[in-house]
Amino acid sequence: MTDVPQFLGRNLFDLDDYSAAEILYILEAAKGMKEINLREYKKIPTLRGKTVCTLFVENSTRTRMSFELAASRLSADVVSFEAPISSLGKGESLQDTIYTLDAMGIDLYCFRHSSPGSPQLVHKYSGKPVINGGDGRHAHPTQALLDIFSIWEKLGSLEGLKVAIVGDILNSRVVRSNMIGMRKLGANITVCGPRTLMPTGIEEVYGCRVEYQLAEALRDADVVMGLRMQMERMTDGLFPSLEEYSKYYVLSKDTIKYAKEDALIMHPGPMNRGVEILPEIADGKHSIIVEQVANGVAIRMALMFLILGGKA
Amino acid sequence: MKTLIKNGMVYHEGHIRKLDILIEDTLISKVGSQIEDKESKVIDAKGKHVFPGFVDIHAHLRDPGHTYKEDIVSGTHAAAHGGVTSLCAMPNTELVVDNIATVDYVQRRAKDLGYAKVYVIAAMTKESLGKEISEMATMKAGGIVGVSDDGNCVQDAKLMLNGMRYARNFDLPVIIHAEDYSLAGKGQINAGIVATRLGLNGLTGLAEETIIARDIMLAEAAGAKLHIAHISTAHSIEMVRDAKERGLNVSCEVTPHHLILTEEACLGYDTNTKMKPPLRTEADRQACIRGLVDGTIDCIATDHAPHADFEKSREFDHAPFGIIGFETAFPALYHYLVKPGIVVLERIVEAYSLIPAQLMGLPDNSIQAGNAADITIVDLQDESFITEEFILSKSKNTPWLNQTLASKIIYTIVDGHISWQED
Repeated sequence: MTDVPQFLGRNLFDLDDYSAAEILYILEAAKGMKEINLREYKKIPTLRGKTVCTLFVENSTRTRMSFELAASRLSADVVSFEAPISSLGKGESLQDTIYTLDAMGIDLYCFRHSSPGSPQLVHKYSGKPVINGGDGRHAHPTQALLDIFSIWEKLGSLEGLKVAIVGDILNSRVVRSNMIGMRKLGANITVCGPRTLMPTGIEEVYGCRVEYQLAEALRDADVVMGLRMQMERMTDGLFPSLEEYSKYYVLSKDTIKYAKEDALIMHPGPMNRGVEILPEIADGKHSIIVEQVANGVAIRMALMFLILGGKA
Repeated sequence: MKTLIKNGMVYHEGHIRKLDILIEDTLISKVGSQIEDKESKVIDAKGKHVFPGFVDIHAHLRDPGHTYKEDIVSGTHAAAHGGVTSLCAMPNTELVVDNIATVDYVQRRAKDLGYAKVYVIAAMTKESLGKEISEMATMKAGGIVGVSDDGNCVQDAKLMLNGMRYARNFDLPVIIHAEDYSLAGKGQINAGIVATRLGLNGLTGLAEETIIARDIMLAEAAGAKLHIAHISTAHSIEMVRDAKERGLNVSCEVTPHHLILTEEACLGYDTNTKMKPPLRTEADRQACIRGLVDGTIDCIATDHAPHADFEKSREFDHAPFGIIGFETAFPALYHYLVKPGIVVLERIVEAYSLIPAQLMGLPDNSIQAGNAADITIVDLQDESFITEEFILSKSKNTPWLNQTLASKIIYTIVDGHISWQED
């Protein structure tokens, strides 16, 4: 046994703290977990006696469910805390909330918050490992890992792949974590969207390519990922209408033809059909959008297993 | 009572040389070499540097209203600890200092209990709401030295023009915190690659620059004296340079943190790197240094802005803007700018003592017979370890927390009395 990656007690704030070898190790572990999810009796006793808290200060039913299912299937006890019904909504500080939860004996936090960098605070105030379930527009590493897993499972490797990501790059934490993780595994990333939705200096920070024209972005891509376009951006004055956005940036039969013929189609969900992606593509034979969701549970199981030191 | 400061390296008429200083009661009575006086208490300043007391024209004492962050006593104590003998208190307290009663409160409290002299800058508009101009003339008669809506920025250009015209009428400088709110938006740190990496909303330099452009034009039209607080971008400095070349009455200050730190300092989400204007790029920082060296930037001021630990412990985008400055200003400037040979010591001293006093029309505080004995003695060989215990301010929000900075303030003398003395 040489250099087996160590995960016990670690945080997952973003993928920059994890090496390519560690990411691959997580993917392998997730493969095993995926098999468990396909069984009739979907539960193993490995985290019995551990307590996992899903602490969501920003609403997200799907991601929270995915974390909770993952913990349950490993036999951990799961408690969940969501902001609107919680004391955080009543003006209690995050610090006090964490002290309160910690007093109840939490072993691992799965945390989502609209404030970038806040997962670090949860760890600071609890001393417990934290899995970032999305912090503002900063990072969403479990989503990136499940995206990477989905590609890896289909194509065997990310080395040298051309990945095109299209949409609201400015506000996307998914794209940021994906760029970090995918580049570590050797993929080349092109991001695409109007200039008003492109963050300053993104090429320099993430080593990606930027294209403002969809056809150029998609050219010869092995993987194409659409991002959810949010109506709020319109009132922020960042684009004029969903119709016009769609006209120039929708993933359709007409536009996808610039990518490789068998290019994988991905979307982190929830989709706006007809805005960033047309049903003909979302439901097409190269789409792995539904599988991404299934893989999300497996990836989160693998992470909890590794971080809490489950016994195989 | 007489005090004789012997054998120190004294900043005098632009140079640093070995001189003795005799203080009688509150005034300097004699400056020269080898002064002897048997009746005097002697401070042996051999190997130490003796400067005109520092003058910090941009400070938030949080009193009245937010005395859990700071009050006039703790704030002036911290100032004295940093070698500051005079400071200007900004009016954005709760109650806003926009009327003669609050002006009186701050002045009286500082006079009775303060460790440093406090001069009041009053709000230019009532409650700093940017709607109606304040009773500047009455407050000027009551002792204020300038007007500013600092912390806020007057968005209404017509009101700003009228405020400037009225302030000119009573010979008050107008100090601006330049920030266009529509451009600033929810910006947390400089709009740039670090904001992109951290996923934080960017606060573009344009928010500062567009207001500076506007206010230089308005000040020219009004014939007003304009002072730009905490300048932070290369473009802003260019505009001030142009305005000065055109002979306008425009001045500006820079903070130690904008001279020393860049947006890179925000990478760990330390809320003690969050302030307005935000830390900028290395190119902006270099422009600040050049501006300070060539005189485009007139002076240094800290924008001492205390916030309690429970406020700075919040999520980055929910934590308040601002850092404390009094107790780290000189050591940080000496450590990062003077010691490496980037800025000469004499320039730092004049920019943090004589020049800001002149800009705000305060009494001359140069080391000359007849002037008030406001003097700071510094040991450049010693160092300051910036711990929570070291900091006398009620708040500990500094990016230099737990760092060691070269030099140490060992005496602060205000009106001939020792206001701070290192054991």
